[in-house]
Amino acid sequence: MGLKKLISSTLIFCTSLAWAGDGKLIGTAGLNQLEGSGGGGIVPWATLSGYDTRDEISANAFITQVNLEDYRLNVLGASVSLYDRAEFSVARHVFDLTTLGGEIAQTVYGAKFKLYGDVIYSDWPQLSAGVQYKDLEDTAVANLVGSKDTSGTDVYLAATKVHLGAVGGYNLVWNLTGRLTKANQLGLLGFGGPQNSDYELMLEGSLGLLFSRHFAAGVEYRQKPDNLDLGEDDWIDVFVTYIPSKKVNFTLAWADLGSIAGATGQKGLYFSVGGQLW
Amino acid sequence: MVKPLFWILACIVMLNGCASRSVSLYEELGGQAKINEIVENFVYEIEYNDTILPYFADTDIDRFIEKFAEQLCVFSGGPCSYSGDTMKQVHGGMNITEADFNLTVDLFINAMNKANVPHTLQNKLIARMTHTRKQMLYL
Repeated sequence: MGLKKLISSTLIFCTSLAWAGDGKLIGTAGLNQLEGSGGGGIVPWATLSGYDTRDEISANAFITQVNLEDYRLNVLGASVSLYDRAEFSVARHVFDLTTLGGEIAQTVYGAKFKLYGDVIYSDWPQLSAGVQYKDLEDTAVANLVGSKDTSGTDVYLAATKVHLGAVGGYNLVWNLTGRLTKANQLGLLGFGGPQNSDYELMLEGSLGLLFSRHFAAGVEYRQKPDNLDLGEDDWIDVFVTYIPSKKVNFTLAWADLGSIAGATGQKGLYFSVGGQLW
Repeated sequence: MVKPLFWILACIVMLNGCASRSVSLYEELGGQAKINEIVENFVYEIEYNDTILPYFADTDIDRFIEKFAEQLCVFSGGPCSYSGDTMKQVHGGMNITEADFNLTVDLFINAMNKANVPHTLQNKLIARMTHTRKQMLYL
């Protein structure tokens, strides 16, 4: 009976593969953000990561690097999107302490569900809710700085809307996300701390202009808690994205991540390549 | 940190406010001649697309050209009135999927590109067409 069930579910899965698709309009799938969820660069959006429509599924992969004064963040991730309704993602962070030496690794598992709308066509913004479960592997630094936990779960609600021709004829995209979190620096420095160990609501936003069907530019802002009392700053970035086809996208950004683990003025280049596998 | 965001927003609002409202999109596009060119290109795009062509199997193409041109004239604020069937009447029973709808949007964009319609005018025209989508999908 168990085997029969396995075979039938495998069959269903394989049939689903045949429906892999890219029926969304170019650019409307967005990117994969740092934690692996469909979004912009540092903010999860209400859009799901692939070009699948309600009859299709898709799989995406991405690689991102952020080079800062004293650190370098490497991210490798993948996501699947089912029927433009549900998204599941995984992202692996390796945070190199280039000045001090050593590295911190963690894995982020994400799930997101579309609650309402279509980013282009509905009157109100597309709405999605998501979770990101973060599991810190290298806990030494997190313990050293006084964090309370080495794993944690973020919960967020995101609203995203494209306004066609809204700015001098160019398409405008905006996103607003509210996130409940205890994570210190994405979770790389653990969760909670001496200053605060409860969930706090953080606001995150993105604003972009689409200069053609293939080029977009904009800004992002991400509010951060300061649980460790180390002066953790809000994040901001300015980005340019090139989307030559639905198969691949390139993003270059200037990121100002402020103070990280007591080292101030962490600024640098963010580079990301993502794409749809099927 | 919030200040630059505010200025960017303010700039966008101002940029938008300065856009001229007195000239209709119909005139900006180049009137009926340009609309006819877009529609002709669109029909050509459909003819060469194996996925979308079957939807037009029972279509009287001359009538489609006439009515769609009329519709674009109305959407862009031109001096026309639409005399065709409702979108629901035309697309009912076709069960048009979201993917095929978007593919047709792509073909329409190709048609505008080939008629040298600037990107900004393309967006403005599409923005005035989107409300018809829910009268066309999965019927």
